Amino acid sequence: MLRFVLRRLLSAIPTMFIVVTISFFLIRFAPGGPFNLERALPPQIMANMMRAYQLDQPLWVQYVHYIWNVLHLDFGPSYIYRDFTVTQLIFQSLPYSLEIGSFAMLIAVGGGVAVGIFAALRQNRALDYSLMSLATIGLTVPNFVVGPVLSLIFAVGLRWASAGGWGNGGFRDLTLPIIALALPQLAIFARLTRGSMIEALRADSVRTARAYGLPARVVVVVHALRAAILPVVTYLAPAAANVLTGSVVIETIFAIPGVGRYFVTAALNRDYTLVMGTVVLIAVFIIVFNLMVDLVYAALDPRVRYD
Amino acid sequence: MTDAASAIGGSAPAPVGRSLTRLALRRLLRNRAAVASAVFLALISALYVFGPYVYPHAYDEVFESYVRTPPSLRPYPLSDTLEQVMATAAGEAHVSLGSFQLTGPDFRATFTADKPIDPRVTRYVDRADEFDDSRVVDTGDGGKSVVIEGTVRRIYFPMGTDGNGRDLFARIMIGGRISLTVGILATFVSLVIGVAYGAISGFAGGRTDNVMMRVVEILYSLPFVFLVIVLVVFFGRNFILIFVAIGAIEWLDMARIVRGQTLSLKRREFVAAAAAMGLSDWQIIRRHIIPNTVGPVIVFVTILVPRVILLESFLSFLGLGVQEPLTSLGALIAEGAANIEAAPWLLIFPSIFFVATLFALNFLGDGLRDAFDPRDR
Repeated sequence: MLRFVLRRLLSAIPTMFIVVTISFFLIRFAPGGPFNLERALPPQIMANMMRAYQLDQPLWVQYVHYIWNVLHLDFGPSYIYRDFTVTQLIFQSLPYSLEIGSFAMLIAVGGGVAVGIFAALRQNRALDYSLMSLATIGLTVPNFVVGPVLSLIFAVGLRWASAGGWGNGGFRDLTLPIIALALPQLAIFARLTRGSMIEALRADSVRTARAYGLPARVVVVVHALRAAILPVVTYLAPAAANVLTGSVVIETIFAIPGVGRYFVTAALNRDYTLVMGTVVLIAVFIIVFNLMVDLVYAALDPRVRYD
Repeated sequence: MTDAASAIGGSAPAPVGRSLTRLALRRLLRNRAAVASAVFLALISALYVFGPYVYPHAYDEVFESYVRTPPSLRPYPLSDTLEQVMATAAGEAHVSLGSFQLTGPDFRATFTADKPIDPRVTRYVDRADEFDDSRVVDTGDGGKSVVIEGTVRRIYFPMGTDGNGRDLFARIMIGGRISLTVGILATFVSLVIGVAYGAISGFAGGRTDNVMMRVVEILYSLPFVFLVIVLVVFFGRNFILIFVAIGAIEWLDMARIVRGQTLSLKRREFVAAAAAMGLSDWQIIRRHIIPNTVGPVIVFVTILVPRVILLESFLSFLGLGVQEPLTSLGALIAEGAANIEAAPWLLIFPSIFFVATLFALNFLGDGLRDAFDPRDR
C-alpha cells in the first residue's frame, strides 16, 4: 500500500506542473493587470511598480522564476494586499474555511446518506417521493438564496443566530453558514445514495443475507450499504475539495474571513501570485482527496487492487 | 462494393438502436412525473419564448411612478393615491390643485394659479404614468383657473416592479429565455466536444486513450471558478461567447461517460462486422458508436442543462452575468436576494420560476435515466 501511495504522489507531480503552467499563462494573457486601477497611475510610477515586482521581464523569464520559487515553497507577495505574502494570506484564512467546510461535509454526508437510505427502503412510496422532491429542490435553489433566507428567518426574525461575521466562532455564529453550505451537498449525497442503494438492495448478496435470516438492520447497513456507498465515496473527493476550500457565496453573505473569497477577488483583480496560490491550493486538495478516496475504495471493494 | 457494403453496414444495426430508443420512450411515457415535467417544460418554454411578444410591457420599459410596486392582481393606480399624484404634477407645473374627482376611468381636475395658466400644463399631467389623454375643457377666472379632463391609465403589475420601476413579470419572461438559451447552448457545445472526444479516446484505446484521459484528469484539477472567471475576463461582456466557452470546459464528464460506453461497444459483433465490411474507423465511430451512446448522453444532457443554469446564476451573483437592461433568472434572483427585506416579491417570483424550471429538468432527467436503464425499475 505504501508503494501505491508513493507512486500516486509521484504521478501527481507532472499533473501539478501542468496545472500551474496552464493557469500561469491563462491569467497572464487575460487583459488588464494588477496595477490597472480605476484611476490610472502615472507612467513612471507604473514602470517602477512593474520593475519592483519583476513584471517588466519577458514572460518566460517570469515563468521560470515563478516555478523556481514555487519549488522552494515561495508563492511570492500579493500584489493587491500589500505587505502580505500569498502564503500568509492563505494560511490566515484557510482555517476558517476548513472549520466551516468540515462541519458542512459531516452534515452533508451523514444526513445525505441517511436520507438516501430511508428513501431507497421506501422506494416509490410517499416518503420516497417527498424526500426526493425536497432533495431536488435543495439541488436547484442557489445558495445565495438559501443564505439570505436563513439569515432573515433565524437571525433577523427569531434572533437565534447572528446574521454574519465570525464572532467568537461559536455555535451562534457558525450554524447558518454551515447549514447553507451543507444543504446542496446533502441533496446530492441523498440522491446518489438512493440510486445506488436501490440497486444494491436487489443484489444477490443482499437476497442471500436476507435468506439467512439476518436482521433487516444488519442486511441494510452491513451488506447493502457497503456496496451502495461506493458512488458516494467517488463523489466525496471533488465535493470535499470544493467545500473545504471555501465558498465565495457563503463567505460573502455571512462575512466569513475564509479563503473562498480569494478565488474570485484575486482573479478579478489580476493579483497574479494570489491567483496562482489558490489554484495550487485547490489542485493539492483535489489530488490528495482523490488519493484518499482510492484508498477507501480499495478498503471497501475487495475487487480493487493497489496497482 | 464499398457502397453496397457501407449501405448494409450502415442500416443493419439501425433497427436495433431505434427499437431500444422506442422502448425507452414507452417506459418514459409511463412515468407520470417525467411526463408532467416534460409538459411543464414545454409550457414554460413557450411562455419564455412567446410571452414577451404578447405581454403589454417590455422588459426594459421604466414606469417612474411605480418603483418597487408590490404585486397585485388589481390594476394600478389604486384610486386613493391618485389625488396625491395629481397634486405632485400640479406642483411641478407651478400651479395648485383646486379640486379632483374620479368618475370611473376618467378624472376631472381644477388647477388654479396667480398668473394665467398655459394650456400646455397638460404635458405635466401626461408625464405621470398614471394619467393619459389629458385636455383642457374649461378655462375661467381670466385664464387663472383651468379644468382638465382625461383618463386614468390602468396598469397591471401581477408580480410587481423592480427597483427601477420595470415590470417584474416581463423581466422574468425575458430572463427565463436567456437562462434556457444559455443552458441549452453550453450543453450543446459540451455535448459535441464530449461525445467526439470520448468516442475517439475509447475507440482508439491504448496509448492514445491514456494520453487523452490524462488530459481530462489534468483539466479536472483546475479550479472551475478560476477558469470561468478568466473566460469572462477574456470574452468581456459577450454573454453568448462566455457560455460557448463554459460549454467548452463542461465536457469532461460527458467525455468520460461516452468513453466508458465506447469501450464496451467496440467489442460488440456489429462493430467487428462493420470493420470486416471495410468501413474506416471514423465511419464506424460516426455510424455505430455514437448513435449507440445516445441513452446515457441524453440523461447527462438533462443533468447538464440545470447545472449550467445554476452556474449562470452564480456568475450573476458575482456581477459577471448578463448586462442590464437584459437579465436572466439568476440575475433577477441575485437582485431579489439583495432586497429580501424591502421587496420580498423580487426574490419570491423569480425563484419560483427558476426552481420550477430546474425541478422539471431534473425530474425529466431522472425519468429518462430510469427509462434508458431498465435494471433500475
